[in-house]
Formats: sequence, C-alpha cells, structure tokens
Amino acid sequence: MKITGAQILMAIFKEERVDTVFGMTGGAAIDIFDELARTNIQHIMVRHEQGAVHAADGYARAKRSVGVCIVTSGPGATNTVSGLASAYMDSIPVVVFTAQVPTNLIGNDAFQEVDIVGITRPCTKHNYLVRSIEDLARTVKEAFYVARSGRPGPVLVDIPKDIIQGKTAYKPLRAPSLKSYNPTYKPNMKQVKKAINLIREARKPVIFAGGGVILSGASRELAEFARRLNAPVTASLMGLGAFPGTDELWLGMPGMHGTYRANMSIGSCDLLIGIGVRFDDRVTGKIDTFAPHAKIIHIDIDPTSIRKNIPVAVPIVGDCKIALGELKKLMDEEALIIDPYKNKPWLDQIEEWKSTNPLSYEQMDIIKPQYVIERLYDMTNGQAIITTEVGQNQMWAAQYYHFDQPNSFITSGGLGCMGFGFPAAIGAQVASQDKLVVDIAGDGSIQMNIQEMATAVQYSLPVKIVILNNKYLGMVRQWQQLFYEKRYASTSIDEAPDFVKLAESYGAVGLRATRPQEVVPVLKEGLSTPKPVIMDFWVDREECVYPMVPAGAPMTEMLLV
Amino acid sequence: MRTMTEEKHTISLLVDNQPGVLSRIAGMFSGRGYNIESLCVAATMDPLVSRITLVTTGDQLIIEQINKQLNKLVNVIKVHDLTETDFVERETALVKVRARPGHKAEILRLVDIFKCKVVDTNTTHYTIEVTGTVEKLSAFLNLLKPMGIKEIARTGSIALSRNNK
Repeated sequence: MKITGAQILMAIFKEERVDTVFGMTGGAAIDIFDELARTNIQHIMVRHEQGAVHAADGYARAKRSVGVCIVTSGPGATNTVSGLASAYMDSIPVVVFTAQVPTNLIGNDAFQEVDIVGITRPCTKHNYLVRSIEDLARTVKEAFYVARSGRPGPVLVDIPKDIIQGKTAYKPLRAPSLKSYNPTYKPNMKQVKKAINLIREARKPVIFAGGGVILSGASRELAEFARRLNAPVTASLMGLGAFPGTDELWLGMPGMHGTYRANMSIGSCDLLIGIGVRFDDRVTGKIDTFAPHAKIIHIDIDPTSIRKNIPVAVPIVGDCKIALGELKKLMDEEALIIDPYKNKPWLDQIEEWKSTNPLSYEQMDIIKPQYVIERLYDMTNGQAIITTEVGQNQMWAAQYYHFDQPNSFITSGGLGCMGFGFPAAIGAQVASQDKLVVDIAGDGSIQMNIQEMATAVQYSLPVKIVILNNKYLGMVRQWQQLFYEKRYASTSIDEAPDFVKLAESYGAVGLRATRPQEVVPVLKEGLSTPKPVIMDFWVDREECVYPMVPAGAPMTEMLLV
Repeated sequence: MRTMTEEKHTISLLVDNQPGVLSRIAGMFSGRGYNIESLCVAATMDPLVSRITLVTTGDQLIIEQINKQLNKLVNVIKVHDLTETDFVERETALVKVRARPGHKAEILRLVDIFKCKVVDTNTTHYTIEVTGTVEKLSAFLNLLKPMGIKEIARTGSIALSRNNK
C-alpha cells in the first residue's frame, strides 16, 4: 500500500516514540499538520518558530529524549536558526523539520523559498534536503539517529511540498548504520590506565564536570567517582546539576562568574579531571594561566573537544558514563584506595577559600536580585526546574540556586541566546507536567520571546516567570560600569511594557514586588497559582554579578564584591 | 606551549558523493579560520564515493583539529593525513606561454628537459601540459616566466599513500 510523505513522517514519529511536537504551520507545511492532527501526537503551536526550537530544546533536556519541531518554508525556516545554533552549542538532540517549496521550484527564488540547508550547515550537527520520496523514510530515521547518538545535536530535515504530498510504499526500516559516522563510546583502556596512575599520585585533585555528564546520564557515576577520590567537584554552566549543589565536595561553578573557591582550586590543583567539558573561554580565561600546576585528564565523546583549547596529559575519547564505569572497574581491579586523609590539607585549603570569600551581596532596603533567587530556592526546596534567559539573571540563577539533580537547570550556555528561557520552560513543562518550572529572566531578554505567553495560556502550562527587572540590559551595563567609565550606551530600557498588565492581557497572572518585604509574598502567591504567572521584581538597578574575571584575564584574578 | 611552526599537510578524504558535501568541508575551513591551499575533487571507482585531496597549512594543533573536524562531518567516510606517511603527490598545469620567434627553441628545450608536452599551439603562443611534484611545477614555471606566461590553470595536488592498506 502506498502512503503519503506526511504519513511516512507520522509513521516514523510513532516508531521513534514522539509524543509531542512544537511548531507552526504555513503554506508549504499544511499537509504535515493536516496529517499530524489525525494522530494522537500532541502539537504545541507556538507563536514564533524560534520559540518552537527552544521549546523542543527544553523538552529534550527535561525528558532526556529528542525534541521535535515542524515549521514551514522560507521565514518559518529562517526563524529556527537561533534555536538550532543554541541547541548545537549545547549539544541538545532536536530534530527540526522544515517544509520546502516543491522540488521543481527549488532554485527559482519561489515564494517563501530559502536554502535552509545551506543556511544551517554550520549550526546543525547534520542536515538534509530530501530529494525524492524514496529517500524520505531513511533520511528521517537517520536524522533521529544522528541527533541522539554520539555527541548529540540538532539535525534539520528540509522536505519539499511535493514529497510531503507524494506517495510511495512504506515499510519500517531497521536502525540506520552509517559507514561515515561512528561515534566512539568505549574509551581506550591504555588511556584509562594512564589516568589512574595520575589519580594515584595526585595530592590536589579537582573534578570538572560539564554538560556531557548530564547528556550521558552519568551523575551517579560521577558522585561515586568523586567520593572515592575524595576530590572536590566543580561544574560548568552546562554541567550544573550533574553533581549535587548541596554536597560537601561541591565547589560551585568556575569561570568568569565562578565562585572564588572554584577558580582558586583550579588555579592550584595538581590534577584536573575534565569530564564532558570543552574548556570554553568563559571557563579558562587567559588560556596559558589556566590550571598552571595541573596535569589534565580530559574525558569527552567528541575528539575535537580534546586539545582544542588546552593541552592535556591524558585524552580519553568516549561516553562519560562508560568512561567513568571503566575507571571504576580498573580502580577496583587494582584495588586502588585513596586514603581519605591524603587530600585533607587540600580540602582544608578549599574550605578556607570558601569561608574567606563566599558568594555574597549587601542586603539593602531595595530588592537585591540575589535575594529573590535565594528565596525562590528556599520556597521551592530546590526542586524546581529552572530555565534562564541570558545575562545577569542567568549568572545569579547559576550562583544562588543550588541544583541537586541533572536536567533541572536549562540554559542557553554556549550561544547565550536571550529569549531562550521562556520557550524552553514551556517545553520543560510539557515534558514534566507535575513539576514546577520557573524561568528566571531579565526585563530585556523576556521581551525577546514574550509572545509565547499566548502558547502557555492556550495549553494551560503553568510556567512561572521571575523577572529581575532593572530596566537595563544588565550584563552589558555591568561591563560599561566596570570597563567603559559608566557610559551606558544603548543599555537602558526604561521604555518597557507594564509586565503585570502584559501578563493579564494574555490571560495569565501578573504580580509585582518593589520592596524587599514583598518578595516572599509575591513568590508565595505566584508559585502557588496554577496558571502561567509573571512575577515582576523591581531590583537594584546597578547591582553587578560578582565575582567577575575580566575577559582575557587569569581566572584567579577575580573582582570580588 | 603551542608549537608555532607552520607545516604543510596533504589530506586525502573519502566522502559521500552527494550534493553539499564539498560545501560542508569548505565551510568547516572558512568558519574556523583554517586555510585551504588547494583542493581537488573527483569520483572514485565507487560511484557513491568521491575522493578529495586538499593541501592545508597550520601548526601541529591546528592540523590535529582539522583532521578531527573533518572526521566529525557526517558525510566524511575517511580522513587520511598523508603527510604522516609515505605518499606520492602530483599536480598538473596547463600553461599558455608567449612563443616569440627568439624564444621558441628555448621553450621547446625546457619542455624536453622537464618531460612536458606542447598540447596546443598557434602563431603567438604554446600551451604546455606539465605534470610533476609541486616543486617541479614551480621550477618549470619560474623558467618560463621570462618568456611571458599568459595564463595558467593548475589542478592542485592529488596524492595517494604508498601503503597498500
């Protein structure tokens, strides 16, 4: 029996256990959505395609599966670019389907035609233009496989309208295997052995975890490894939640806005074990002063991450979970026992750094943004899924909300894409109906995808938005204060909507706090309202994120409060 | 820490013979700021597979990244950095050179010495086909230069490992 291209797509969605797609229709995509409406797959119709990709990203992380988007050709496709770039930098498995003009019109500058495969080549893990209906099934199957395997990432599939409408015979395909694509999961045991020799000798070890630990589901293995080594753990922005933020061995995040003790520990350690990290510039600062006394073991599934930014003593290419398993096995075989007292002077030193320069802020009779996050943390018992926008709000969320669980912190880490947090929260809420999902936002970034409030209201998704409202593009303003003699060029955003009324106009709930004593009551009311809520906190306009390492400086040279 | 010495590397790739693959490879180089000195693409015995030979320069870490980044592309089947092994490399050029009456004999003598071929001729010019290593081509072209080279078309290097693996 012959079925249409759109029906083939639905058949594969079923095989891949897709239960939700995020999208928006359009001329070229009508047939896909027509077919989608006949299935029991839930379609969350967004108000802008960028929102669809961020929502699929949030969904993928909260659910630990592949997020799916469907959009139309031309502008529908180009609107996905920021979402794809963000998912690509953060290695999130998302498959975006773009409808394309009919095959015979491709290259004609047809209405709503764009070469989306050309445009997205550098910001997808891989992408495809389907050239004939016979290729459709294999291509879609392959797209899911490539997105989720190895180092995950977004994949785009562009399908011309005539192929969506065309008919062919379909029988389910087996899992694809590609001769040109073969991720390495199992590490080289010679390297694992070398790593163990370094671990045995270390006196001042630090474990540095990243998003790879979360992606491979290796949090338990990481915790066991850290306890066995009695080694302190730091994690990149993408790695927050990979290791409990309330654990004794937890150092906090390192880098430009990292904790004093995390940066000092990296600056003084004799062994740095990077797991699922890529040593991004926001973590390393001035590259030749990064971890100057350390031998570095680097575990990552992507060989290009290794020796890209920093030289390493032991490279281990493989999946974090499997690599940690192999390390454990070999440590067991060699009966490697780390004397818990061996690291004591090192842990004492770290404790001292912690007590001399903890994260802190000055409490005043004006709302401090850090205070809002601290109260949010208390009142949610640290159990909420937190998404963020980008800038100061993101850094304060990372510093003051202590993440104990993987996938509970969802942020645009690599791309730093303002407008990410709210649609990502929508996606996370769809994936985890019973969880409290809070987007920590700034007044600048929330305006970048605020239209999705209509989506949240339409699907009764009770996402909470905490706006740390300082009427500035705060992070850039902070740079201007510190490095541009307070010339606040193009950062003041006094002309903003009344966020309470804005929420109400969408049919959501709006609340506001302008004084510190209103913070808790507003949070209490907002968090317990079973609807989408905007909580607008008017915070100290010129508060800065500290510590701060100026761009390009050594990480141990921090500006403290 | 970085060894800053630039090395020239000849990299041979087997890739899926599909539209867009060349653009992925070229895009990886331009997007990451790496150089391509020459690039040559052609079919292999397998119609589904093409061979790309490219010559690039960079320090040791950059060359390592180039190899890894090429390997990471889904359409790249195999990356072989020939510079790490024993290999043969050839380039072909077509050179159109002015054939003034006083120079004709000299040009033909050079063609003889370098074992080239005159493949076309008219009243004012010779077109010469020359094949060899990059060094041989440069030497030949340097000698022709004073005669007046009108146009050159070079293929870029192609190369194969001497290994039987």
